[in-house]
Amino acid sequence: MTGTASPAEAADRVVGAVLSGLQHGSDQGIVVDSPPGAGKSTLVVRVAGELAAAGEPAILIAQTNEQVDDLINRLAATGAHRQIGRLSAVDYVPSPRVAQHQVVTVGTRVRDLDGSTVIVGTAAKWATVPEGTWPWAIVDEGYQMRSDALLRVANRFQRALFVGDPGQLDPFSTVESERWVGLTWDPMQSAMAVVLRHNPGLPLHRLPVSWRLPASAVPAVARAFYPFTGFRSGTGSTARRIALEAQRSAARSAHDMARSALDNVARSALDDAVELAASRGWALYELPARHTVRTDPEAIAACAALATRLLDRRAVAYSESAPSGRPVSPDRIAIGVAHRDQAAAIRALLPPSAAAVTVDTANRLQGREYDVTIVLHPLSGRRDATAFHLETGRLCVLASRHRHACIVVARAGIQELLDAHPGNTAVHLNVPVTFPDGWEANHAMLAHLERYRVIAG
Amino acid sequence: MSTLVALARALAFVQGVAQPITMVRHIHCAERPMVFIPLALAGEANAPLAAMVGDDPDRPRLLVVPQPRNRDLRFAFAAELASILVPHFERFQTVTEVAAPDRTGQARWRSTDAPQVVVANPAAAGFVRLFGRSTRFRRADGPYAVDARVPVLGQWLTFFAERAEYPGSSLLVTLTDALAMHWATGQSALEDTHLPALLAWIEPPEGRDGATAAMLAEDPGIWPPAGPATDPDFDNRVLAPAIEAYAAATTPDAGTLAECQASGALRDAVASQLEPTWRLMWRAIALLRALPPGVRVADRWAADRDAYTEFAARLEGSGLPQPRRDGAVAAARRLHRLERALAAFTVQRAYDDPLIMAEYRLTGEAFVATVLEADRLRIDTSGRRRTLRPRVTVTTTDPAKPEVGSTWISPARPAQRARAVEVVVARGAETTVVLELSGGMGRALTPLPGSVPDAGERLCYTSLADQYVPPGDFPAPEETPWTHGGPPAPASLDAVEGQAAVASRRGDDLPRDDLPRDDLPRDDPAGEEWS
Amino acid sequence: MQSASRIRGSARPCAQNARTIAALTSNPGCDRRAVLDTAGVDKQRLADHIGYPARFGQSQFAIVRGNAFEAQLKADQCAALLRLLIEQKIVPPGQHARHVDCSAVGQTESQDDRLARTAGLLGEVFKGGDSWGVPGQRPALLLDHPLLAMTIAGRTVYLEPDLILIGPDARVHVVEVKSFAVIDGQAAPSKVAAAAIQAAVYVMATCAAVTEAGFDAGAVADEIVLVCPRDFANQPTATLIDVRKQLAVLRRQFARMARIEMLLAALPDDLTFDLSIDESGVARRPPVEVVAALECVPARYIPECLAVCELAGFCRSRSRARGQTAVLGRDVCERLGGIEEVETVLGLASGTLSPSPDQTETAAVLRLAEQLRSQSLVLAGDPTAASSGLGLSALGLSA
Repeated sequence: MTGTASPAEAADRVVGAVLSGLQHGSDQGIVVDSPPGAGKSTLVVRVAGELAAAGEPAILIAQTNEQVDDLINRLAATGAHRQIGRLSAVDYVPSPRVAQHQVVTVGTRVRDLDGSTVIVGTAAKWATVPEGTWPWAIVDEGYQMRSDALLRVANRFQRALFVGDPGQLDPFSTVESERWVGLTWDPMQSAMAVVLRHNPGLPLHRLPVSWRLPASAVPAVARAFYPFTGFRSGTGSTARRIALEAQRSAARSAHDMARSALDNVARSALDDAVELAASRGWALYELPARHTVRTDPEAIAACAALATRLLDRRAVAYSESAPSGRPVSPDRIAIGVAHRDQAAAIRALLPPSAAAVTVDTANRLQGREYDVTIVLHPLSGRRDATAFHLETGRLCVLASRHRHACIVVARAGIQELLDAHPGNTAVHLNVPVTFPDGWEANHAMLAHLERYRVIAG
Repeated sequence: MSTLVALARALAFVQGVAQPITMVRHIHCAERPMVFIPLALAGEANAPLAAMVGDDPDRPRLLVVPQPRNRDLRFAFAAELASILVPHFERFQTVTEVAAPDRTGQARWRSTDAPQVVVANPAAAGFVRLFGRSTRFRRADGPYAVDARVPVLGQWLTFFAERAEYPGSSLLVTLTDALAMHWATGQSALEDTHLPALLAWIEPPEGRDGATAAMLAEDPGIWPPAGPATDPDFDNRVLAPAIEAYAAATTPDAGTLAECQASGALRDAVASQLEPTWRLMWRAIALLRALPPGVRVADRWAADRDAYTEFAARLEGSGLPQPRRDGAVAAARRLHRLERALAAFTVQRAYDDPLIMAEYRLTGEAFVATVLEADRLRIDTSGRRRTLRPRVTVTTTDPAKPEVGSTWISPARPAQRARAVEVVVARGAETTVVLELSGGMGRALTPLPGSVPDAGERLCYTSLADQYVPPGDFPAPEETPWTHGGPPAPASLDAVEGQAAVASRRGDDLPRDDLPRDDLPRDDPAGEEWS
Repeated sequence: MQSASRIRGSARPCAQNARTIAALTSNPGCDRRAVLDTAGVDKQRLADHIGYPARFGQSQFAIVRGNAFEAQLKADQCAALLRLLIEQKIVPPGQHARHVDCSAVGQTESQDDRLARTAGLLGEVFKGGDSWGVPGQRPALLLDHPLLAMTIAGRTVYLEPDLILIGPDARVHVVEVKSFAVIDGQAAPSKVAAAAIQAAVYVMATCAAVTEAGFDAGAVADEIVLVCPRDFANQPTATLIDVRKQLAVLRRQFARMARIEMLLAALPDDLTFDLSIDESGVARRPPVEVVAALECVPARYIPECLAVCELAGFCRSRSRARGQTAVLGRDVCERLGGIEEVETVLGLASGTLSPSPDQTETAAVLRLAEQLRSQSLVLAGDPTAASSGLGLSALGLSA
């Protein structure tokens, strides 16, 4: 039973089952669901290596150039490939992490990449390849990919391994149409959904262990966003901790003092939130209830101030990979928001010392990992919830990027907002219901965060 | 919903009259639009009760189904409607012009004009779609035969309904949408779908404010609803007795005179519900006509005419009805086209209309600037070839903060790219940007006159680009991959589908969503429809 | 301290049903609606009396058609319905069905008697009593209009589902019959949503009844069978709808009912919506008094109310009279930064009102929006506008 196996054993068992299906199975596809930080990329790289070793060249289909470059960097590091092809658009400039590998060949056409044991490209680029069929494809981030994008590339492979995190944001279209709702091949659904609806018998594996999320985060994230499958943490409750090396009173940087916007933020509450997050892995930094514009100045300032404060307090993260501690430097911190204008406003407030802190939307934080994240709650200060703000994946992405701690900034009143939200939203026939529902997930997450509340001001 | 439109709604609320939210018209107004007001019988699935139709405001045609539950009478209605609409739809095919050749270089023609159907509200557009659906699979032979024009009408209505999904298309105009695209009222978008109320806000009667006029307009006793749903009170008090009286008058015992009287009474009753809407619709059309058209409206109408020409030719060719639902490939292709149409429409609207562009200025995606200085003759010598790369220094007080390296386009010179090479954000609200220009200046090393902005010129730059994006490639339907259910059953791949596949491989960029995909209409229980 | 009956006055409580309960979820933030519904006030009459008659009339054509469709399904021991259930694999092929009429016997049977009859029936069926055959060997039972009850906010609410299916395996499904059409597999999403939430109320009530009878509520499926006419014909079609989401929403709203008790407790002692009539049939209380009473309970008007609530016309006019941005729609409110009064919006936009500290951000956006708008409009008539594309607003700036 997985219950008694160590996390590593449990994970190995699933990876073993996937590889065995790959070598001995006859299914056209294999699907692997992965919770946040469960070693999805490791699996992809390993499978590509096994296929190369077996002499079956594979193609690897990712969603963004960033993802492609990340995968190439990791594939090259294994040394398992004679040549790695990087299928690219004409204007692609190899990033340093790709250019450093001799084994990588960049080409705009497949025939430039002859002899590669694996060819990697974005789905958009693969869609321009008019011919050729490879025995295997690995489709990465299948829940981010749209069904129609898969349709355009699926004739390039005979069999495929689909990997993805069901908790990510659903793909979307600028076009609003109900024309295809209910069809099994609805082009607006995710690639994973279309594959599973047409091939319900495909083997479905689940990676059982998150190596990223700390023990403090797994129960809450699993309950809110993966209620039926669940997963466990790869590390024990004592494996990860954050020490704050600077005292509350001592740490006031000149920049901090200079910024009047930040000065308005009550310092003791900031310290309370940072300390709570450092010791228990979560904090809810709660501002007074108020309806605000999207770029709520107080909430924006609080996000920037928390990041600054964390740096000023000289946080050091101790973990299994850094037993003697590693400073939580700006590049190990992310501030996650729902909208781009919020990100821009926060960036504008960060002092130079914190300029390397990542500030981005949930969409762009997908697949990324940090020591500490600061999250501006998508529903903070809102009068009404919309489907966008309630989307399960949005909160899930924001709440599952951290290795150590997550601080959520929100105005009070989200509970009431959720309770007042009309529950009679449109229902379509013949569309599988996806769980968890965003409304419920938000309730669950909020109930969890209540226990870590710090009242600002 | 942009902040500017939200603000216009607030203004309309206070001023008691709708506020313009555009400076030009973004839809095409036909010379003789075909106005169509359908009424449906409550409780039934899109069963026609009556319609008022015509292209002359003074001569509406009234069509009535005296017993809406009678299938024969319904199809008689469909036949009568077809006798009006189908010749009108076909009329525009005769005069054609030469259009730009397609991507393979093949010559193309298109009709110089096309029919335009105008309906009152989204529900009426929905009626058009469903009426098309319920008639296009009918057959003129075999059991339950109908008038030969009925299935043809069904295909035409389906064509109009499907084309209406394209952002920026004007073949089927829904008036409440068209008006709401140009005016903001002091009520909600939900209430704007009620044509009498919407018009009450745009043109409130003397001495009344929009809110009061709209509230009165919502009273079905004063303004009958614009359909297709009728007022339940009218159904119970007027229509039901009138239908019963007609039924009684058509029994063998009743005389012809009685039948005439009963039929006349029923027509009068229905006409009383339709005529006010008829007048309102022409008033709405006049309001739209009075707006100056945007520059790019004609381009989009040309695309509509392409679609019309193509469909008319297809009707004359295979004549197979459009399938019930899109197949896997057809769905993906259509979504792709819709997304491209939306992207183009979004940009074109902003290019044509300063008030729309203002929304982008507010969000930093556009800015209006003054040219401080212009280095018109600057040559870039860093590459292998000397290239003309003028630089202009502009200053703006808009909120946009261009990043170095970002590309901007001025709608006044759409062929020209301007790259920000230096940005100075001053303490105040002022931002100075040095832009390096490429393109749109002729082939020589000196720019054509007027192709480089002069010092003192004020112009708008935006990150929105109105550029041609080549259409994507999709597999042929018979090559639908296993991930999407595999190829559809062979029987359903008809000849036209094959043509579409050929066209798709050719990269032909014409609208093709009207082509049948993967189910044949033959299995329809024709006899049971509307039974 | 206020009680529900006092608020309602002398009138008999307006019967709650699945539809009114489902309505709790359409604007759960509205206290006015919650109080009136909980007290069983007849909102239709109330609205009429104060001069905002609600237009929720039904056409007799729709009623006739709905009844005919239901009758057609139930004819011949529910033969048509059984075919659909077999098609949906809820009932095994070849299975017989038995139609059990649970509707009222005569004019006189009381609600409680009917309730007991349905409960008795359920108990017997689950026990596997002889008359129904032992589970596994008995026909599929279709309980036609059984009566169920639920306690909501201290009041018993009677519920009457169209049909409840008890399969031969003792699985229970709620069957909801609607007369809107399913065309090519699609139906109006708002209508399906209303049907789903209504059916979810029945699922809860059925669970309660099964539990009451001493059996496991797990026997009740959390998917319901929606039966509608197919395409343009009268042929029925069945679709399964997963209502777990609706059940979660309802459970949460029921859990919040305690809040309404608190609301009631906080209302003035003499508050009432009594509409008792005099000899001539006219309500005794002048409308202005009733309006004043209504104003004691805050509403949360949104334009979506117009489609579901009898009082929406009144609430809209109040909201308008107060100049609330809510009347402009939720998306507009959001764009206006959550500011509640239109006057404030325009004051901030024009700069005539200086923003409070928490309005500064909103004010800056509105101010800029206003400037951009008027700059563009000032030169609306400028002939150079059309030719130069954006030249217009540029001119506006230099003017």
